[in-house]
Amino acid sequence: MNAPAPHRGGAAEARRRRRHRADRLLRLLGLGAISLALGLLGVLIATLVIGATPALTQTKLRVTFAISPELIDPADPGIGAYRLILRRGVAALLPEQPTTMAEWREIGGIVTGNTQFAIRDAVMADPSLIGRNLTLTVPVSDAYDQLGKGLTSRDTPPERRKLSDREIARFDALTARGAVSRPFNWELITRSNSRFPETAGLAGAIVGSFYMLLVCFVVSFPAGIAAAVWLEEFAPRNRLTDAVEVNINNLAAVPSIVFGLLGLSVLIGVFGLPRSTPLVGGLVLSLMTLPTIIIVTRAALRAVPRSIREAAHGVGASRHQVVLHHVLPLAMPGILTGTIIGLAHALGETAPLLLIGMNAFITDPPGGILEASTALPTQIFIWAGSAEHGFVSRTCAAILVLLGFLLAMNAVAIYLRQRLERKT
Amino acid sequence: MTRARAFLAMPALAVAALAAALLAAALLAAAPAEAAGSRDRVRLVGSSTAFPYSEAVAEHYVGLTHGRAPVVESTGTGGGLKIFCGGLGAGFPDITGASRAITASEYRDCVSDGVADVTEALIGHDGLSLTQSNEAPELALTRRQLFLALAAEVPVGGGIVANPYRRWREIDPALPDLPIEILGPPPTSGTRDALVTLVMLPGCATFPEIAALPPERRHIVCARTREDGAFIEAGENDNIIVQRLAADPAALGIFGFSFLHENGDTLRGVPIEGVRPNVETLRKGTYPLIRPLYLYIKNAHRAVIPGMEEVLREYLSEDAIGPDGYLTERGLMPLPAVERREVRRAVEDHVPIRRFD
Repeated sequence: MNAPAPHRGGAAEARRRRRHRADRLLRLLGLGAISLALGLLGVLIATLVIGATPALTQTKLRVTFAISPELIDPADPGIGAYRLILRRGVAALLPEQPTTMAEWREIGGIVTGNTQFAIRDAVMADPSLIGRNLTLTVPVSDAYDQLGKGLTSRDTPPERRKLSDREIARFDALTARGAVSRPFNWELITRSNSRFPETAGLAGAIVGSFYMLLVCFVVSFPAGIAAAVWLEEFAPRNRLTDAVEVNINNLAAVPSIVFGLLGLSVLIGVFGLPRSTPLVGGLVLSLMTLPTIIIVTRAALRAVPRSIREAAHGVGASRHQVVLHHVLPLAMPGILTGTIIGLAHALGETAPLLLIGMNAFITDPPGGILEASTALPTQIFIWAGSAEHGFVSRTCAAILVLLGFLLAMNAVAIYLRQRLERKT
Repeated sequence: MTRARAFLAMPALAVAALAAALLAAALLAAAPAEAAGSRDRVRLVGSSTAFPYSEAVAEHYVGLTHGRAPVVESTGTGGGLKIFCGGLGAGFPDITGASRAITASEYRDCVSDGVADVTEALIGHDGLSLTQSNEAPELALTRRQLFLALAAEVPVGGGIVANPYRRWREIDPALPDLPIEILGPPPTSGTRDALVTLVMLPGCATFPEIAALPPERRHIVCARTREDGAFIEAGENDNIIVQRLAADPAALGIFGFSFLHENGDTLRGVPIEGVRPNVETLRKGTYPLIRPLYLYIKNAHRAVIPGMEEVLREYLSEDAIGPDGYLTERGLMPLPAVERREVRRAVEDHVPIRRFD
């Protein structure tokens, strides 16, 4: 009975200090972990932003093209020497006129490769331009864009540059005339893919990703909720439902490339669905999202208090009424959050799309879910593998666009959750 | 009342219904185009070497004609031929690019799946470049020296032994004192085939010791690359090799010419037998490491797939594969004028492959 109280004395004091030290250590570790995560995220974002900065603007040249009637077929304005019109237009801005064929070619190469078609299309749309002047602001080709942005140093020895001293002098003359501008690069999101970095954009990939997520949502959301409701509210507990449950959890952990292989062999091979289409992509991604939605929905349903169900049963509601009128609405915020996060995950998925051919080169956006298209992550994949320098910054910019969409989706998830939770 | 409120509280269901309606609309809009078993776009697959050329042709074709944009997919030479030969119909590609000629067994697979009427078109050659950083001491090599640097087994003092060379100077005292470190394509790549046929086999042929070996053994000695770390398989993304070369002046990289062409500020081509790879030496045909680029054309699709004839005409036009064509600007080595005419005629006349009959 005379033993000292356990919370007094030197030994107890030391014990308390030790415990406090452990507390502090745990807190510091947690803080360290979160700082590490934030720091790495910061490095990632900073690298991307710095890398993407050059892609935010595009060097352009304002040229007046003389649409000479003698160079155009009077019967069909679509046929004409548009390349010559283009070269003459650019040459008119220069102090020295070209003399050799090679010089003419170099001058035509200052602006992007598709300019001759842009001139022709303008003339076809408005044949009254023939005999008049047409002023266009066109992107310059990649090598000049790099030069204009200062990414190609003029100090590099000429044999290492893509542009010769003569070509750089021409560009400087154009700049001195005020014909060169560098506006914001809206084309990055309004145009589709191109082999020229200066005209390549993400429109096709964004539309493709949208169609794909639409398919994914329409398939996986109702199916996921229905499966979860059955498992949680109606299913008997026996071997079979246990097996189903184990399999769903396993499915959530299957590497996504396996779903791609499945899509390739079953959807494309057996069912003959068209390759590279958002339909196939969306179906493959919905296989991937489905287990996530089922798991999240079951957790949300389980979180609805028993009293709600009992009260509903108590006033005579049948089982479907209990589920549809009371349990599901209360679980909806959780379900929505999980679904949107699942879809965001699907949006960033690349590997299965590579297998079903969504990494193709297509210069226009898809018109529907059955037309070949790319998606944002596969577009990044293609650009990252392209040789041209301009694609380096565009790859970074495309990653930022993808991150922006992911952020927006997660923000919507948070907003919906808070709004709906307040309501109920 | 309860029912109404319950459904109001479930905007997600409304969203789902709306999405379903949108999807149905999208399906209907696209249905006449593809579900009818035909296709309104040309599909090109095949070699990653031919991919940039096919991209260029596809974009030029769209600009020129405003036709539906062809779908170009990079699948590798072998993979491309496999799906190309899979059958006839909208689900299978119309054209495949290859950085080597079709093999007899691939052709047999084609025929057994009903793809018998195939035209082969040689569009030009592509350079394989050996590349180093601009910062590195300049190397100039021969294929004989490259074989000694790359092979798993080399002739030394009359016998065939495991490759003992770790530094270039050990191969030839005239070469700089740098470690041998070569980044190259993995075995699955068509570029690897090209490395073996263009560099290893010719280099190997300069050694009488190897020529004296029995044929099977000779083939192994000539074609096997070393696995002791001096030859590094660097995957399919050539941009990664470019970055590693820039960071490591001792390393050499092997890839298609277009990557060297675009990265001339950091990289330089290593002269092979005295000829440096550049647009001029490729155009003239003096650079030794060149490989053929073929198109395989499914003739049965030509009457059915709209735009296919036009895409082919564009691909083989003087504007594209001629000496001043836009593919030449991207690094394609053009054929002589006579051969270009012959290829065009062969494609026009649907000339089938006969050499395996």
